[in-house]
Amino acid sequence: MAGRKIGRGVIAFLKYFSLVFFSFVAVLPIVSCVITAFKTDEEYGSTNVMTLPKSWFNFDNFVQAFQKANMGKAFVNSFIILVCVLAISTLIGTQLAYVLNRFKFRGNELIKNLFLFATLLPGVAMQVSVFGIMTNLHLIDSLIGYIILMCGTDVISIYIYIQFFENIDKSLDESAIVDGAGYFTIFYKILLPLLKPAIVTSCILKGVGTYNEYYNANLYLQDKKLYPTVATSLYTFVGPLGSQYNLICAGVIISLIPALIVFITCQKQIYSGLTSGSVKG
Amino acid sequence: MGNSVSDSAGFKAWFGSRKVQRIIVMVTFMIIPLILLFLFTYLPFGEMISFSFYKMKYIGKKTFVGLKNYASVFKREDCFGALKLSLYYMLGSLVQLTIALYLATILSFKVKGGNIFKGFMFFPFLINGIAVGFIFKFFYTRGYVFDTVLQWCGFNLENLPYWLKDQAINNYSLVGTSVWRYFGQNMVLFIGAIMSVDSSLYEAAMIDGANKFQQFIYIIVPNIKKIILLNVILSITGSLSAFEPPYVITSGANGTGTYFVIMHEIAHTQQKVGLASAMAVVLLAIILFATLVQKIVFRGIYGQEED
Repeated sequence: MAGRKIGRGVIAFLKYFSLVFFSFVAVLPIVSCVITAFKTDEEYGSTNVMTLPKSWFNFDNFVQAFQKANMGKAFVNSFIILVCVLAISTLIGTQLAYVLNRFKFRGNELIKNLFLFATLLPGVAMQVSVFGIMTNLHLIDSLIGYIILMCGTDVISIYIYIQFFENIDKSLDESAIVDGAGYFTIFYKILLPLLKPAIVTSCILKGVGTYNEYYNANLYLQDKKLYPTVATSLYTFVGPLGSQYNLICAGVIISLIPALIVFITCQKQIYSGLTSGSVKG
Repeated sequence: MGNSVSDSAGFKAWFGSRKVQRIIVMVTFMIIPLILLFLFTYLPFGEMISFSFYKMKYIGKKTFVGLKNYASVFKREDCFGALKLSLYYMLGSLVQLTIALYLATILSFKVKGGNIFKGFMFFPFLINGIAVGFIFKFFYTRGYVFDTVLQWCGFNLENLPYWLKDQAINNYSLVGTSVWRYFGQNMVLFIGAIMSVDSSLYEAAMIDGANKFQQFIYIIVPNIKKIILLNVILSITGSLSAFEPPYVITSGANGTGTYFVIMHEIAHTQQKVGLASAMAVVLLAIILFATLVQKIVFRGIYGQEED
């Protein structure tokens, strides 16, 4: 019995040791950035990176980074992009899922498969020719173009919506049809409100993804003065400012505050959204 | 439906308008997503394949070269050699999956502060790629964060390599950032899978006196092996298309350019659109092949058990 007790103690120790160790690994790079962001130039030059700053109220770096990287404009742009992308992709995603789930017609399976196959093609591979198409459509250096691209490359959320429609009883639509309601009424007045949890979940995930997206933003919003997003505004720090890490870290921290707020307030939805998105594989 | 139609003319009119309405709804609801799907997936897919047979830039004239671009993909050291780098990323993702599974198992049972640990480990997934790039450029700089922590552990700075410059080690450093970013997300997926295992199984096992390790081997693993296998295969295809860490941290310098980084360079800097397209087609073929193998393996293992 005594041996067993010791065994349990060892296991409990290992358990918490592992958790603490990996949490430390996850947090260390971020914490070191926070520490550095509060240091003055002189402090940054003379102390070790892990030495705590003299004052935790030195926000000079944050102010400077915000101005130098034009982050005010970047936040406005990112906000506009976010609202448009979420609104448009939610609307077209739920509408498409409604038709594919509720209407039987020739070509239904084919359309589903076309979307499924699209998930297999890695976005970066297609960029070579997408770039040509965007050029021909004059959609480079245009917020609208970027928004359209971001809506057009979203496929996964359609699956979340289709899954959700499967769980909504069809008799609901049918009785509404008997009552003489049109399809638009049924969709907007009856089904869309029921979809709210799925919409919230996929909007949070999609929202974080859109906010963080930088590859396309960098490629298609080339005029960094007019069209910085929060992610691309950090590019300002590549080049001459490249070793002023107290400034860079401040910029990095500013850029991840919105994600942190969303994470703290919507943890449950983020976890469940990830899990439900992956189950279908 | 048509059989039950009554002879009443009013009903027929109603049915007719229903049919029209149905078509209107279908068209209005599907037209935009289908146009977008065509414009940003299938049109570029087709163009990419046709571009791959030409020597061309984005603007200017095209010259048909047949399979020459494909030959170059396999001959040029920078193209095909870069595929070898994906082995580092495959190794990394195996490490990542192991860590994630281990931590998910711990967190699936009662743990004090479990949610906080989970939150800490998951948060890196929500940081944008550029920020991750800066964080790790800073982290790996000579004498900075990583070196400082290693010195706390008793290492001597003089014996430590340059994490991003030393070609013997820099790919491991980059893979490390990718593991850092994604292990928490993998862990959350695994926790979701473990939670969906019937909890009465654990209770029965406890009564039978099975310890935690036995529970892991005999209850958890068999019940979630499907999602484990799926993630292993996803990580293989993901490794082939590894892109972000070298793109944002080293820009592919010092032998860290993965296949996609080189492709991006060839397409957008050197403007060799035909060659870049051929590279994309080759990689897509490999990924589609891997996916096909995955489907067959799944059918082989699960075909009889399920349904």
